[in-house]
Amino acid sequence: MADYSIVGKPVDRRDAVQKVTGRALHVGNMEPPGLLHVAVLRSPHPHARIVSIDKSRAETCPGVAAVLTGADIAAMPGITPYHGPAFADQPVLAIDRVRHEGEQVVAVAAESRRAAEEALELVEVEYDPLPVVLDVIDAIRPDAPIIHEEIRPSGAFADLAHVKAGDQSNICYHYKLRKGDVDAAFAEADRIFEDVFTAPPAQHVPMEPHVSLAYVDESGRINIHTASQSPSFVRGELARMLGVPMNRIRVRVPYLGGGYGAKLYNKLEPIVALLAMTTGRPVKYSLSREEEFQTVTKHGVVVKLKTAVKGSAMTARKCEVYWDTGAFAEIGPRIVHKSGYTSSGPYKIPNVSIDSYCVYTNKPPAGPFRGFGVPQVIWAYDSQMDIVARGLGVDPVEFRLEHALEEGDLFVTGTPVHACGLKEAVRRAADAVGWGGRAAVPGDEPSLSEAARQTTEAAGTERPGEPASGTKRRGKGIACGVKAVLTPSISGAIVILNADGSANVLSSTVEMGQGSESLLAQIAAEELGISHDKVHVVQPDTDVTPYDTISAGSRSTYHMGNAVRTAAANVKAELFEAVAGKLEIDAADLEARDGRVFVRGAEERGMSVTEAFLARFGSLGTTMVGEGLCQPVVTPMDPETGMSEKCTEYWFASASAVEVEVDTETGRLEVLQFHAAGDAGTAINPKYCEQQLVGAATMHLGLTLFEQMVFQDGQLLNGSLLDYQIASIKDVPAACHPIVVQVPHKDGPFGAKGIGETGALTVAAAVANALEDAVGVRVRDIPLTAERIHQALKEAGK
Amino acid sequence: MERNISLTVNGEQRELAVNDADTLLEVLRDGLKLWSVRESCGVGACGSCTVLLDGRPVSACFLLAARLDGRSVETVEGLDGDGTLHPIQQAFLENDAAQCGYCTPGFIMAAKALLEEHGDPTDDQIRDHLSGNLCRCGGYPNIMRAVRAAAGRMSGG
Ligand code: FES
Ligand code: FES
Repeated sequence: MADYSIVGKPVDRRDAVQKVTGRALHVGNMEPPGLLHVAVLRSPHPHARIVSIDKSRAETCPGVAAVLTGADIAAMPGITPYHGPAFADQPVLAIDRVRHEGEQVVAVAAESRRAAEEALELVEVEYDPLPVVLDVIDAIRPDAPIIHEEIRPSGAFADLAHVKAGDQSNICYHYKLRKGDVDAAFAEADRIFEDVFTAPPAQHVPMEPHVSLAYVDESGRINIHTASQSPSFVRGELARMLGVPMNRIRVRVPYLGGGYGAKLYNKLEPIVALLAMTTGRPVKYSLSREEEFQTVTKHGVVVKLKTAVKGSAMTARKCEVYWDTGAFAEIGPRIVHKSGYTSSGPYKIPNVSIDSYCVYTNKPPAGPFRGFGVPQVIWAYDSQMDIVARGLGVDPVEFRLEHALEEGDLFVTGTPVHACGLKEAVRRAADAVGWGGRAAVPGDEPSLSEAARQTTEAAGTERPGEPASGTKRRGKGIACGVKAVLTPSISGAIVILNADGSANVLSSTVEMGQGSESLLAQIAAEELGISHDKVHVVQPDTDVTPYDTISAGSRSTYHMGNAVRTAAANVKAELFEAVAGKLEIDAADLEARDGRVFVRGAEERGMSVTEAFLARFGSLGTTMVGEGLCQPVVTPMDPETGMSEKCTEYWFASASAVEVEVDTETGRLEVLQFHAAGDAGTAINPKYCEQQLVGAATMHLGLTLFEQMVFQDGQLLNGSLLDYQIASIKDVPAACHPIVVQVPHKDGPFGAKGIGETGALTVAAAVANALEDAVGVRVRDIPLTAERIHQALKEAGK
Repeated sequence: MERNISLTVNGEQRELAVNDADTLLEVLRDGLKLWSVRESCGVGACGSCTVLLDGRPVSACFLLAARLDGRSVETVEGLDGDGTLHPIQQAFLENDAAQCGYCTPGFIMAAKALLEEHGDPTDDQIRDHLSGNLCRCGGYPNIMRAVRAAAGRMSGG
């Protein structure tokens, strides 16, 4: 790897002190004078017509400042009461009809949350229940109740403009891919493998629930402080909904207590904005955990896969994926498209057909979730890879390596694969788990700071426990897969170099735990040749930080990283010009390092940044400003075949290897060791890459083993953390290792890509594959609960 | 009904007027602006709001303040009062145990209770003791390292 001064170093997080002292600012800590609190009445029905709403008694309650209904909002002049990133299908508050249990119906702003809640008890709503459809397969039957008769286009994202709503059907989007002659390949096949896999709706559970605050300032501008992963989107969408110019809205985002996709697009922002406008006072809306469950979910799926094999090669695959997007499309169509086209896997298969459907049901809306739908399709295809390999009697790792795409190969869409460390990830994960009798080579040691390393070493290495005995059986499993980064998308950045050699980076990337602030500082510092602690990264503020599509999809390191690097390079060019003029040399011969600019190869000939500023401006206190933009593009896909010469900017490769122990008596599965391999391109900060791999894997271990939202008659049965379990410290195996694969990308900043989701992608299939290895049963539905495994063992007579 | 209670908070005695329905969490956050105490689940299931009540870890969201007259409460704000980080905070920092950091104060308080009881806990003791604290960023391995490191440091090792 190239010799960088700060890139590639495990620099400490700059927000660490604020976080360990509990002083980090979150929206929840903000309390402007005169603050009102919001409580919202939600629908008890999964599907019903609203006959009438009587809010008169609530309006006269003590402490109540405003009571709003959907009809009130629709009647406001110039206001668009619907929103949504793909379709404008979601009313801010229900209008005429509710489409899922927990849909927001009436909002109250009052002096305290308790006063607002008390007022809600006096609101009377009469409903007329409508037929309910919950199951994604039931929802596409011709006689299913239609959830949206009419769908308005959104216009929020240009690349979704082609997304057209289905006609009198609950299918609101269909992605199609056709490659080769699938029917002929099946006709000639030696063997055909057919499986159906499912994954249920689930929760993101950021420890900080959604929270937004709005006020109208003295100039009449609408100010929003919000726990959002997409400040630029919020501003644009609110401007459109409220019918005001974009510069009349200011959106600021402090640190987020986790996001994982839950905090994208508009969530609480329209309600607080409208209530602030109605009351003229600051308004804050914080969701309770129970309300979180009604706000956004992970797409449940049904994936049908059919694979043809001739000899030892896969010759055709047919994929049908049904995505349960709930009552509102949210970003479902984009997920259905972007993840849909990867659903046959990163494998050489000459004939493929894919149909990926986005389907409305009467559940809470499903949105982006760490992995953007890709974990669901990998769950299916890499479970089936194992089934096929075992069916053919070949080693599952070898089978994958044989079929895996390599540099320059065409992905199923016709796009060449570049810098995708898939095979390396598979090999290293397999080695780490001791696959096939190989000697185990544990993954990377954590790149801790020196002080930490000294104390950790004493703790010794962690090893799995005693060998299996009695009713316990052990097995190993591996899975791999790729995700294509969301393309097109846009990141803009501004870098300001100050006369004292410090710098400010203006970026709308949201720091939500991934370490983006520190990482962007490293990139700016490397380019400017200054120390990273001289760089301040400004938190997202749409008045000053340029447009960024979203902080999600593992895109920030590449996109914002490139934008920041370009902005810094532009500043550096100006700096070099000043020095070159002063020294009367060619700017091309200059180099910047350690806060100095000097002639390459002759360090004594140069000057400090401050001297360069003096040379340029003749005064101090001045600034040099550079701008950068990263805007990768795609070749639009053929609507019939799904083919595109370039469907994505880059690929993330993921592999997981696990060892499990299964109790054949109870069905209980314990993960003994876990190795999460992911290709980061260049690791700008190896510590964060490791954290992301382990964190994503841990989250998805919970989703694999026990997380699911359980519905009955349209009602959620487990909508609280008492009933919905997520992974705790006890669920993580003592041996839990990240493996950071580094295959630099030619256009990434210093070769970097991104890694926030990579560890999430392949967990479920790896565990199910290990389960079969251990006890010989195949489970095709997650979560892999003890009950389910026990049942499968019973059915198999084991 | 409103009543007056006396509560020692981070070593300082406070006279507070509380409602019967007020939780300790509401009193600490809304009343005393101790923002490190965070609500996440509201039902005692996640540990985000962990504080020490007379030295024992409790979920502040799940306790009624009116019943706590005369008791003593400690939050993360009380740990670095003299401007230097507590050894547990220092260990969390050095071992990158905070990512989004939302769960961190709860973990630190839970760890403090553990280390005050067992100077040199086993890994299983650490796991048992911290299993009521949830971290969705999934930073558990680093949290384990941090607690081990803090144990070493606090016992003078
Ligand atoms: S908020 Fe108190 S335990 Fe979760
Ligand atoms: S650090 Fe984010 S929840 Fe623990």
